Amino acid sequence: MRKTLALLGALYWTAVLPARNSGPDYSAYERSLPKDQQMLHALDRLTYGPRLGDLEAVKKMGLKKWIDAQLHPEALPENGELEARLAPLKSLSMSQDEIAKNYANPVAQVAAALAAQLQQAQKGNGAAAALPVNPPLPATKAVRNPVPLKNLTDLLPPDQVRVLRNGTLEQRRSLLAKIPADQMDDIVTALPSNVRNQLMAAASPELQRKLQLASNPQQVMASDLSSAKLYRAIYSTHQLEEQLTDFWFNHFNVSLEKGADRMLVTTYERDAIRPNVLGKFRDLLEATANSPAMMFYLDNWQNVTPPPPARANAKGKQAKQATRGINENYARELMELHTLGVDGGYTQHDIIEVARCFTGWSINNPNQGGPFVYNDNTHDKGEKVVLGVTIPAGGGKEDGEKVLDILATHPSTAHFISKELAQRFVADDPPPAVVNAMAKTFTDSGGDIRAVMQTMLDSKEFFSVGAFHSKVKTPFEMIVSAVRATNATVDYAMPLANQISTLGQPLYRKLEPTGYSNANIEWVNSASLLARMNFAMQLGQNKVEGVTVDTKKFSSTPQTTAKQLLFANASSQTLDAIAKSLAPPKPKKNEKPVKPTPPAPGLIAGLVLGSPDFQRR
Amino acid sequence: MPTRRVFLKSSGLAMFGMGAVPGWLSRALGGEAPGRRKKILVAIFQRGAMDGLNVVVPHGEQAYYDLRPNLAIPRPDGTETSAIDLDGFFGLHPSLKPLKAIYDDGHMAMIHATGSPDPTRSHFDAQDHMESGTPGQSSDGWLNRALMPEKKISPVRAVSLSADLARTLRGPNESINIANVSGFKVNDAKGAATFQKMYDKTKDPVMNSAGRDAFEAVKMMEAFQKERYTPANGARYPSGKLGQNLLQIARLIKGNVGLEVAFTDLNGWDHHVNEVGARPHLGQLANMLTEFGQSLAAFYADLGDRMADVTVVSMSEFGRTAKENGARGTDHGHANVMFALGGNIKGGKVYGDWPGLEREQLYEGRDLDLTTDFRDVLGELVTRQLGNSQVAHVFPGYEQPKFRDFVRGVNRAA
Repeated sequence: MRKTLALLGALYWTAVLPARNSGPDYSAYERSLPKDQQMLHALDRLTYGPRLGDLEAVKKMGLKKWIDAQLHPEALPENGELEARLAPLKSLSMSQDEIAKNYANPVAQVAAALAAQLQQAQKGNGAAAALPVNPPLPATKAVRNPVPLKNLTDLLPPDQVRVLRNGTLEQRRSLLAKIPADQMDDIVTALPSNVRNQLMAAASPELQRKLQLASNPQQVMASDLSSAKLYRAIYSTHQLEEQLTDFWFNHFNVSLEKGADRMLVTTYERDAIRPNVLGKFRDLLEATANSPAMMFYLDNWQNVTPPPPARANAKGKQAKQATRGINENYARELMELHTLGVDGGYTQHDIIEVARCFTGWSINNPNQGGPFVYNDNTHDKGEKVVLGVTIPAGGGKEDGEKVLDILATHPSTAHFISKELAQRFVADDPPPAVVNAMAKTFTDSGGDIRAVMQTMLDSKEFFSVGAFHSKVKTPFEMIVSAVRATNATVDYAMPLANQISTLGQPLYRKLEPTGYSNANIEWVNSASLLARMNFAMQLGQNKVEGVTVDTKKFSSTPQTTAKQLLFANASSQTLDAIAKSLAPPKPKKNEKPVKPTPPAPGLIAGLVLGSPDFQRR
Repeated sequence: MPTRRVFLKSSGLAMFGMGAVPGWLSRALGGEAPGRRKKILVAIFQRGAMDGLNVVVPHGEQAYYDLRPNLAIPRPDGTETSAIDLDGFFGLHPSLKPLKAIYDDGHMAMIHATGSPDPTRSHFDAQDHMESGTPGQSSDGWLNRALMPEKKISPVRAVSLSADLARTLRGPNESINIANVSGFKVNDAKGAATFQKMYDKTKDPVMNSAGRDAFEAVKMMEAFQKERYTPANGARYPSGKLGQNLLQIARLIKGNVGLEVAFTDLNGWDHHVNEVGARPHLGQLANMLTEFGQSLAAFYADLGDRMADVTVVSMSEFGRTAKENGARGTDHGHANVMFALGGNIKGGKVYGDWPGLEREQLYEGRDLDLTTDFRDVLGELVTRQLGNSQVAHVFPGYEQPKFRDFVRGVNRAA
């Protein structure tokens, strides 16, 4: 399937033209889009999909001015609905220390407790006290998850307990609103964890927090990250900034799935990625290279100058040499994925030399969120030659800084970054002309990302027939754009995050350093497509937990509903299929024709959201 | 351009769902010579680095007991707290008791001191290397490349039981992911029929192709999705992820939908702390092995005679330190043990050259050394189980695999 898809994908919008000579045909990128489609296209590409009224707003403001505003988000007022939803997600604004203190994993807490105990013992009597072989789990767990002192039935009358356990959303919501705040902590503690999960959608943000902390404090950071990402994509006025935050995080990928990174991703996205998404590439590179999240993720914290050879053991035989020494992982990915690209003109020797330059770039105690540190005593002091440039012996941290300078200004980097951006924003196989123009701007402007984006947005290729609707939505884009198109209200975002996982794109959990592919054709697979259809039917008919869709406002005809959601006319094939499914069954002989019954509210909306038309942007 | 779609259209088999004989049926059944069923390979990944030394225990070696005073599984003494002897030197962890009968029947073999020659001790790189079949680097997956070009392709020939397509199944050949066989459908009946029409008719070739693949696969599984599945021969799958995924795979195999390769995984083998409980035969590793052993035994029992066509192989990214650490656990090591189970396996034997556990015999002075490259094991299965002789294509850069001869069959000429 994949091969067929890739071929078809590359040919899709150009294949309708007569076949040309060998090589990809980019002529469809020469033809410019009609004006009204340009506005929809800009919304499709620079936002997470148009919402009700967005097209009119762009029209009123003028396309060029609207793009300018997106390129300068600092001057754009933020949506109050977003701020209200982000406020309860406390971990988002915590320092790395606070995160470690509040959400450290039990193993790290045991280690910290033992270290403290040992230190205490050494202070006290000069000798280490015997340490327990099986240390008990730390007290914090017991504090957060105390054995319930009271039963639920002691706290509430039986009919209310029934509502909590089995009530409808509305019943639960009104009951929870009635319970006095001072009683709530006991109730939360007494609830079984499956009931806590069921109550999430009915709970206020404050109560959601309590329920989550009671069930699974370890997951709070991950769910804050995913919720915030969804809320921002759905509600933020800074849509291009959100698109670029996603792009750059993915470009410099780290994963919640890799050990200590579970605690380091929040500050990584907030402090290293987000402030630089429209800034200078060199600053972004610097911020990621100096982040504990990246140093842990790509093992550079273990990248040290090799120790002297091991001595022979007592039997006189040489043990096989231990490999503690340089670790090439970061060096390799820095060139292959972050800067030059795999064909960017570096060798295995360059990888080793770059790894030597980054020896000593480490972390202080990663399991406790320890900060980035540079350890001069594990740094390789010898001379290195990187891509033909000599870095003299005797250097310290500046060896790595010089490597970042060399890489950030290398022509391969200008081209690679431009191509990735064009792949994300223009087409899976972007025309070389626009990539070259962007690369020139990259070099001329000293890696100014805003300027590179400007060049792309000024190009004829961006607003071309070839680019229009040529990208398949990622699972994240599909789900967010459906929520935006239906003008849904989201009060609890985790069910959406779980759907995105089901579609194959778990947020912040891409384990491989490649990140998710920018070639969206990768997202078309059988299970995912069926899952998209199932989600579409659920959302259209207002059946997604935590999300409210006003199904009454959808039209009862396929054409107008499709226009409401696609902001353009649906294909005749999609409309035909919907019309056929709404038609009453043909009467059998001697039977009266059945009167058409109006479709269930939201059914047509669901069908449109799951249609092939809605999967593209 | 002869794409798959063109083939379907030109062969007139694209009429599924419109009253005609479904295309899948013609392709999956009609095209096959009667009696010639596909050979099937099921791969299981044990993520986190299983402690192979406590799984297939070298109880004949004193060094094992010296290195692991708290962890070592006692020498076989017939009780349930000691190793189950296999050949006088190796023994099974007592939690793997359900597998002993299969071993004795000659349908299960283990290959010890095996793994990836790459020195990395990063889970993440090592899993990547093993799933791609290319130590030291990353590429698409070996299990995808192991599929051979076929004229008649089932939409469910290669399945990963997961929310996204497993890395090892990514690549140029047909492959799908199914989280759950019963859930692989559009839930709303009206929606299903309408979407099928839309995707069948759409002018968008990508959506058309993928949509038809999906609905063909749905159609193919529809018949047995409706039925409640009852495992045969009294097989009881444990309720954990591995048992349930193997149950789904058994359903697909018995459903005769043209399955050739399947993949599933089991997390949680990374036992740095408290690998064993109050006694060495208890604890976290024992619990994992209970699930592993019961799942495989249920699968074997459920498939019955059908196991003649099926082989299961297990792998884990690397092994663990030969010496126990100070927290009743083990750290990241090197070589490990792989299991192979099926009618085609020359079982009842532990294969491989045993490198020994004396200090000077250990890899980097700390880990079980590697004597069989994992590509030797998988390459033999690809050749003899799947009948694909292009081993150098499946494992690029590995031209000369050394087969251990644990699989029946012949090496077809390349």
